Amino acid sequence: MTDNKIGSKAAPVLFENVSKVFGKNVVAVDNINLHVEAGKLVTLLGPSGCGKTTTLRMIAGLEMASSGKIMIGDRDVTKLPATDRDVSMVFQSYALFPHMSVLENVMYGLTFSGFAKDEARSRALHGLQLVGLKGFDNRLPSELSGGQQQRVAVARALVLEPQVLLFDEPLSNLDAKLRRQVREDIRAIQQDLGLTVVYVTHDQEEALAVSDEIVVMRNAAIAQMGTPRELYDAPNDRFVADFIGEANLLNCQIVSTDGDTATIEIEGYRQTLPRRGLTNGPATIAVRPSRLVIGSDDGIAATVAKATYVGVRMEYTLTGAFGQVFAVHDDVDAPLAPGTEITMGFAGKGPVLLPD
Amino acid sequence: MTDRTSKTTHQVLIFWIIAGWVGFFLLPWYMVDGGLWSFEWLFDGYPFDEDYAPAAFLIAQGEKLWLAPLLIALTLPLLVLKRAKSDPLYARVLILSGALGFGWLIAQGFGIGIRGFNFNWLEAYFGELGDRQFGMGYGAMICASSLLFLLTQGIAARGAINGDVFVVSAIGGVITIVTVFVFFPIAKMLFAAFVTEDGAYSIAVFFSKFFDARLWGLGCFFGARCGAAWNSLFLAILVGFVTTVLGLCFALVVTRSGFRYKRVLRALTVLPIITPPFVIGLALILLFGLSGSVTRFVAELFGMQPTRWLYGMPGIFIAQALAFTPIAFLVLIGVVEGVSPSMEEAAQTLRASRWQTFRTVSLPLMRPGLANAFLLGFIESMADFGNPLVLGGNFDVLSTEIFFAIVGAQYDQGRAAVLAMVLLFFTLSAFYAQRVWLGKKSYTTVTGKGDAGVHPLMPTGLSVPVLVIALGWAVFTIIVYAMIIYGSVVELWGVNNSLTLKHYVTAFSVRFEEEGIRWTGAAWDSFWTTITIAAIAAPLTAAVGLVTAYLLTRQNFAGKNAFEFGTMLSFAIPGTVIGVSYILAFNVPPIEITGTGVILVVSFIFRNMPVGVRAGIASMSQLDRSLDESSLTLGANSWQTFRRIILPLLRPAILAALVYSFVRAMTAISAVIFLVSAEYDMATSYIIGRVENNDYGLAIAYSTTLIFVMLAAVGLLQILVGRVQIGRRTQSTTETPS
Repeated sequence: MTDNKIGSKAAPVLFENVSKVFGKNVVAVDNINLHVEAGKLVTLLGPSGCGKTTTLRMIAGLEMASSGKIMIGDRDVTKLPATDRDVSMVFQSYALFPHMSVLENVMYGLTFSGFAKDEARSRALHGLQLVGLKGFDNRLPSELSGGQQQRVAVARALVLEPQVLLFDEPLSNLDAKLRRQVREDIRAIQQDLGLTVVYVTHDQEEALAVSDEIVVMRNAAIAQMGTPRELYDAPNDRFVADFIGEANLLNCQIVSTDGDTATIEIEGYRQTLPRRGLTNGPATIAVRPSRLVIGSDDGIAATVAKATYVGVRMEYTLTGAFGQVFAVHDDVDAPLAPGTEITMGFAGKGPVLLPD
Repeated sequence: MTDRTSKTTHQVLIFWIIAGWVGFFLLPWYMVDGGLWSFEWLFDGYPFDEDYAPAAFLIAQGEKLWLAPLLIALTLPLLVLKRAKSDPLYARVLILSGALGFGWLIAQGFGIGIRGFNFNWLEAYFGELGDRQFGMGYGAMICASSLLFLLTQGIAARGAINGDVFVVSAIGGVITIVTVFVFFPIAKMLFAAFVTEDGAYSIAVFFSKFFDARLWGLGCFFGARCGAAWNSLFLAILVGFVTTVLGLCFALVVTRSGFRYKRVLRALTVLPIITPPFVIGLALILLFGLSGSVTRFVAELFGMQPTRWLYGMPGIFIAQALAFTPIAFLVLIGVVEGVSPSMEEAAQTLRASRWQTFRTVSLPLMRPGLANAFLLGFIESMADFGNPLVLGGNFDVLSTEIFFAIVGAQYDQGRAAVLAMVLLFFTLSAFYAQRVWLGKKSYTTVTGKGDAGVHPLMPTGLSVPVLVIALGWAVFTIIVYAMIIYGSVVELWGVNNSLTLKHYVTAFSVRFEEEGIRWTGAAWDSFWTTITIAAIAAPLTAAVGLVTAYLLTRQNFAGKNAFEFGTMLSFAIPGTVIGVSYILAFNVPPIEITGTGVILVVSFIFRNMPVGVRAGIASMSQLDRSLDESSLTLGANSWQTFRRIILPLLRPAILAALVYSFVRAMTAISAVIFLVSAEYDMATSYIIGRVENNDYGLAIAYSTTLIFVMLAAVGLLQILVGRVQIGRRTQSTTETPS
C-alpha cells in the first residue's frame, strides 16, 4: 500500500475590498481587506453579529461576496461555489451525516475528489488515526461522544488536504474541560501539517491560545489585526482593549512627549509609556486588572468598594476621583476589607495609551 | 478542481444534446395511436409513414417544414462542447439555442393545429397552409425537454444561483410543468367563458352566463330555489364552522383530558383519508334514505310517512361534516399540542384557574389554527363533488352544476367555465386569506428545545360537553362505517335484508382456467386501471413534490415567493375545475391527451403535488442546513448532496408522500369523472355510475373493498415508517448534542 500520509497544500487567502450585503441594506461585511498567510492559523474574533461567520462562509463559498475580490492561492474564487473551491470546513454542529458510519463520513469528500475506493478508504483510515479515533470507523455518529464527533468532523475535513481549513466555533458544543484539550489538538495538527486555518470564535481566551494572528471584527468591519500579544498589550481602541481581556479605561493628561514616549499624569501620578502618535492633551489609557498595583508607594488614592474571593485570587472594585476600576490581587491570605483606603499604581509595562 | 466541474457539466450537456437528437431523429414526433409502448408503430411504416415518422424524416420528405428551424437549435450547442463553462460564448450559445428552440417549438404547436393555421391573422399573412398537425408525441416532448434544459444550462453558466446546473434546471423544469399543467388549462378555461356558440369572443356571453338566475338567484327566501353559488357558499361556511368546532373537541379530548381510549379516537381520523368521499353519502342513504333502517324504524314506531328529507342540504351537510371533521382535527391537533405547556404552566403559577388559563392563554394561542381549520373545511366543502352528486337532490351546488353543464344534455362549455370561475374565485379567496392573514400569525411555540411541561387538563365545565360531543360523533362515525360493511353483504337494502356475498361475486369473481386466471368480475377492469394509474402517479407526485420542497427550503432565487404560491395554488383549485380545464385545454393539439391514461396520471400529479411539497418542506426544515453545507464544502455538488444526504434522510417523508398520493389517486373522484374514458375507467367513477343506476349493493361492496385495500396500504406505510423512525431517534441525538 502506498504511504499516504496526509500532506498539505496550504495556500494564502486574500480579501480585497470585500463586502456582503443581505437583502437590500443589511451590511454583514463592509469593505474588508484581509490577508491570511499560508500555513498560519488566523482567528476571526468578535461579538455576535460582527460579520465573522459571514466572512468565513465567504471563504468557503457558502455565501457569495456582493462586491470585491477573494483569492485562494493564486486563483480568483470570488464567483466559485463551495463545491468547486478547495476548502473544507468544520461546522459548529459538526454536521456529521447521521445515516453514514464514521468511515463513510470521512470518505465522503474523497469519493468526489477522484480517488479510487481503496485509496479513499486508506486515506480516511489514516485521517481517523491522526485524530485518535482508530477503530471507530464502523460506528454511527450517534454512537460517539460529543468530543469524538468533533474529531470525526475534523478528520473529514483534513483528509481532503484542503488549501484552507475553516473552523466555525468548533468548541462551542463541548464542555469547558474538553475545550482546552481539543483546541490544543487542533493547534498541534495545524502546526504539524502546516495547514492554513481560519478559525471563528467569540471566546477571546480561545483566540489568544490558538492563533498565529487574530482579526478582531466589529460592526461588519475589521477593528484590529495582529498577533495575540500585540492585541493584548497594545489595543488600538476601547473596543479591542475591552473585548480582548478585561481593561480599565482611565482618562489622563499627556504632559510631555519625548521621541517615542509620552509622560502621562493622573491626579498627580506620572508614568512614562509608548507615545503611539499622540500629542499633549487629554487622552485615555487602558490598564489590565492584573497590572494595577494595590498599595504601591506612589500612586492614586482609591477606596476598596467591593472585595470578592474567587479562590486563586482576590478581585477588588476600587473607586476614586478617576471613577471605578477593577483589579485583581494574588494575595488571598490577607484580603482588604471594603472601605480600606489604599494607593493604586501601575506596573511597569502596565498601562497603554489608546490612539483612538 | 476546475477540471472536475467542467467535466461533469459537459456530461450533462452531452446527455441533453443526445436526448434532443433522439427526440428529433428517432422517436415518432406526433402522438401515436395505441400508445408508444405498444410498439405497433415500429412495424407499421416507421420511419416513413406520416403518422409515425420522426421530425427529421418528415422534413426530409418535404412535410411539416416548419419543424426544420429546430434543427439549428439542436446543432448550435455542438459548437461549444469544447469550450469552458466560464467562457461567455458557451452561455450565450446555450441560452440562444435553448430559448429560440423551445420558443419555436411552442409557437408552432399553438400556431398550427388540426385545420392548418389556428389564427386568422397567420392565415392572412402566410396564406392557406394546406397542411396540419396533431398532438405532440414523445419525440416532440423529449425534444422540448432537451431544449428547455439546454436553456437552463446556459442560464446556469451565466452565473445564476452560483452557476448551479441542477438547481437552475430543477427550477426551470418545475416552472414549465406547473405552467403547462396548471396555469395553461386554467387560462384556457377562462377564455372558454367568453366564447360564443359560433366560436367568437364576446364579453356579453360571459355576463349573460354569469348573471344567470340559476347561479345567483335568491329564490329560497321566497319558497323557490336559490342559486348554486349561494348554496355552495352557505354550505361551505356552515361545514367550515361545524368541522372546526368538532375538530377542536376531538383535539382537546386527545391532548387535554384523562379519556382512556384516545388511540381509538385518533384511529378514526385515518378513515376519511382512505375513504372515497361519496361513500359516507352512501352510508347515510342506507341509514336515513327512503328505505333506510332508521327511517323505517322511526316510521314504524310513530306511524309517520318516510320523507326524502335527507336529499339536499341536510344530507350533504351531514356527509361533509363527517368526512371533513378529521381534517380539521389533524390541523388542530398540531396547534393544540404546539401551544407550549410552559405558557399554560406560567399562567397557572400566576394564579389563573384552569378555566381562566384556558380562556385567556390556551384558546387565544390556538386562534390561528382555528381559522386555518375553518378555511380548510370551507375549501374542502366547496370542492366536494361526490357527496352532492349522491345526496344533492334538488339542492344545486357549483361542483355538480359544472359537471352537468359539461356532461348533461345542455353540453355548454362556456357555462361550465363560468361556474368553474366562480368556484375558483371562492376557493382562491379562502386560500389567499389563509396565506396572507395567517402566514404571519403562527403562535405555535415549538422550539426544538426540550419542553418539560405537560398540558393542563381542561376545566371540568368544559370537558364534559366536549367529551360528550366527541364521543357522540365518534359513535356516529363508527355506525356509519359499520353500515358500509354491512350494506355490502345485504341482498337489496330495505327490501330483502338477507345476507349474501353476491355483490362481491359480481364485482370480483375470478375463474381459473388452463390459460391462467380470468378476471371475470365486473369491477376488475376499473380496479386494475386504478391501481396502475395510482402506482404510476405516486412516485412522480412524490418526486415533483420533493424537488419543489428542496428548492423552496434550501435555495434562494429571485421570484421564490411567486414560485411557492404557484406550486401551492393547485391545492386550492377544486377537482371539478381541474377536470373541466383539462378537457378544454388538452382536447386539441399541441397537447392532446384526453381519453388516455396520461391525462389521469398528470391530473393526479398536480392535484396531489402540494401534499408532497408540504411533507417535504416539513421534514426538510428539520434537517440542519449545515449538513448540506458541509457536503458542499467537501466537494459534492448540489445534485450529489440532494441524492446522497437529503434523500436518504427524508425516507419517511418520501414514503408518506408515496402512499398518500397513491391513496388520494384511488379515492379521487371530482377531476377523474371528467377525464375517464371507456378504455381508462377508474374505480370511483365506476362506482358513481353504479349508484346512478341504483345498483347500491355493488357500489358499496366495491367501496368496501377499496377501503380495505387502502387500509392495507396505510398499514404497510405505518410499519415501514415506524422502522425508519427507530433509526432516526438515534440520529436526532447527533444533530443536537446536549
